[in-house]
Amino acid sequence: MRVSAGEKALNYVVLTLFSLFALFPVITIVVTALGPQLGVAESGPHWGNIVDAWNQGSFGPALLRSLLVALLVVPVALVLSILAGYAFGTMRFRGSTFLFYVFLFGMMVPAEAIIIPLFYDMRALGLTDTIWAIALPQIAQSIAFGTFWMRAQFRAMPPNLVEAAAIDGTSGLTTLWRIMVPPAIPSIATVTVLMFMWTWNEFLIPLVMSPGATWRTAPLGLSVFKGQYTADGALIAAAGLIVAAPIVAVFLLMQRYFISGMLEGAAKE
Amino acid sequence: MVRNRTTPYLYLLPAFLVYGLFLLYPVARTAQFSLFDWPGFGPSTFVGFENYADLLEDGRFITAIGNALYLILFYSVLPLLVGLVLAATLRRGQVRGMGIYRVLIFLPQVIALVVVAVAWRQIYTPNGTLNQLLGLVGIETDTGWLGVPELALSAVGIIGFWLETGLVMLLLLAGMNRIPNDLYEATRLDGAGPISEFFAVTLPSVRGEIVTSMVLTIIAALKTFDLVYMTTSGGPGTATTVPSYEVYNRAFQLKEVGSASAVAIVLTVLVFVINIFVTRIGEERKVTR
Repeated sequence: MRVSAGEKALNYVVLTLFSLFALFPVITIVVTALGPQLGVAESGPHWGNIVDAWNQGSFGPALLRSLLVALLVVPVALVLSILAGYAFGTMRFRGSTFLFYVFLFGMMVPAEAIIIPLFYDMRALGLTDTIWAIALPQIAQSIAFGTFWMRAQFRAMPPNLVEAAAIDGTSGLTTLWRIMVPPAIPSIATVTVLMFMWTWNEFLIPLVMSPGATWRTAPLGLSVFKGQYTADGALIAAAGLIVAAPIVAVFLLMQRYFISGMLEGAAKE
Repeated sequence: MVRNRTTPYLYLLPAFLVYGLFLLYPVARTAQFSLFDWPGFGPSTFVGFENYADLLEDGRFITAIGNALYLILFYSVLPLLVGLVLAATLRRGQVRGMGIYRVLIFLPQVIALVVVAVAWRQIYTPNGTLNQLLGLVGIETDTGWLGVPELALSAVGIIGFWLETGLVMLLLLAGMNRIPNDLYEATRLDGAGPISEFFAVTLPSVRGEIVTSMVLTIIAALKTFDLVYMTTSGGPGTATTVPSYEVYNRAFQLKEVGSASAVAIVLTVLVFVINIFVTRIGEERKVTR
C-alpha cells in the first residue's frame, strides 16, 4: 500500500507526542530527583541526592531482599509452570479441561482475595516476616499465568517431536528437558522477564506479610521512605529512581521479550 | 506412546500443591472469614451473611464501588477511544524507529506503581509540574490536585489513563496490522472514505483486541491498590477510596476482618462478572455478523 509523505509525517507526529506523554512523569521524577533538597540553594544536577536517599532509606538491603525474593519466586514458578504446562500441552488425561480452568481462575483472582487469610494463617504458623510468606503466594500467582503460557507454547510444537522422542525410548522428563525446552527458550525468556517484573514490583503482599519489616522489599522501602521525608520531594524522587532502575534496566536489555509477552500474553488471555 | 496413567498428574502435582495451598485455599478461607465477625485475634462469631448485608448500607463501601466504576472510565473507556484513533492513524505507517517508540510507550507498564505514584504526586503538588505547565500558558494556580475532594479521583484516573493507553494502543495496532490490505482496497474501490472504512473494516477486525484490552484494563482499574495507597490513602475523606483499598484498610487497620473479607469476595465476583460480560458481548457480535 502506498503511503503519502503527509501521512508518514503525521505518524511521526502522533508517535512523538504520545511518547512524550508516556515519558512526562519519568522526566518529572528524574528532574526532581536531581533538583535541590530542602534548604539547598545551589542549582545544577545534585547526583548526591541518590547517594543520600540510598543511605537514609537503607535501599541497599531493601534491593537485596527484593532480589532474593525474585530469585526464589521466578525459578520455582518457572520450573513448576513448565512441568504443568508440559502435561496440559502434550498429554491427554481425565479432568484435564477442568484442571486447566482451575489454573485459569488464578489469573483473575485479585491479591486482595487471598491476602487476609494468608496473613492470619501464616502468622498463626509463625511464618510472617519470613521470605516464605512473601515468596510462596507470589509463586502461586505466577504459576497460574506460567502454566497457561507454557501450555500454549508446548501445544504449538509439532506433535511428532514428542513421538520421535518416545520412539527413541527417552523418558518423559528427558524428553521435556532435551526436546521440548530448547525450542521454547524464547517464550521461556518472555515468561521469565514477566514473572521477574511482577515480583519486583509487587507491593500488597510484602506490605502485609512482613509487618515487622524484616522482609521490607524495595517498593515497600520507598513507601516507608516517602512517609518519613514527606516534604523533601528531591529525596523521595531519588529513592523512586533507585527502586525503578533495576527493572527499567532489565526492560531495556530484554525489551523484545517484555513486549511480545505483554502483547501476546494479553491476547491469549 | 506408552505412558503410565498417573504420569500427567505427577507433572501437575508440584504446581498444583503450591497453587492450591497459596491461592485456592486462601480464596476459600476468605469466603469463610466473610461469614464471621472477627477482630483479628481471639474468638470469632458466626454471623452468616450479615457482613454482606451491612455493606449495602455502608457509605464508605458504596462510595468505593462508585469510585471504582468511575475509574474504569479513565482506565478502560478513554484509553480504548484514544487507542483506536491513534492505532487507526498509525496502521498505514511504515514508521522507521518504531522499535524505539514502542519501548517508550511501554515504559509505564514496567515501572512499579509505587514509583509511578511518586512521580505523579510530584506532578500534582501545588508547585508541581502540572501547575508550572499551566503557568506557561497563563493559568496561574496553586491547586494541590490530589487534595481537592472534587478533583482527586479524576487526578488518580488520569494516572490510570496514562498507564493503560499505550498498552491498549499497541494491542490494537498489532491487531490492525493483521488485517489484509485487500480488504481496505476493496472498500476504497467501493468509494468509502477513511471514516466509513474505519467502521466497516478496521473496527470489526479488531474486536478480539478490543475485548482483551477492556478485560485487562478493567481488572487493572479494580485492582488499583498501590496507586491509591501511595497517592491519597483513599482521601481526602473517602474521595478516592476503592474496594481494594477498603479490603486492606478494614482487614489490617480497622481490624474488621469479616467485613474486609466480604469486600474482597465482592471485588472478586465483580472482576469475574465484568470479565465474563465483556467477553460475552465480544463473542455475541461475532456470531451475529
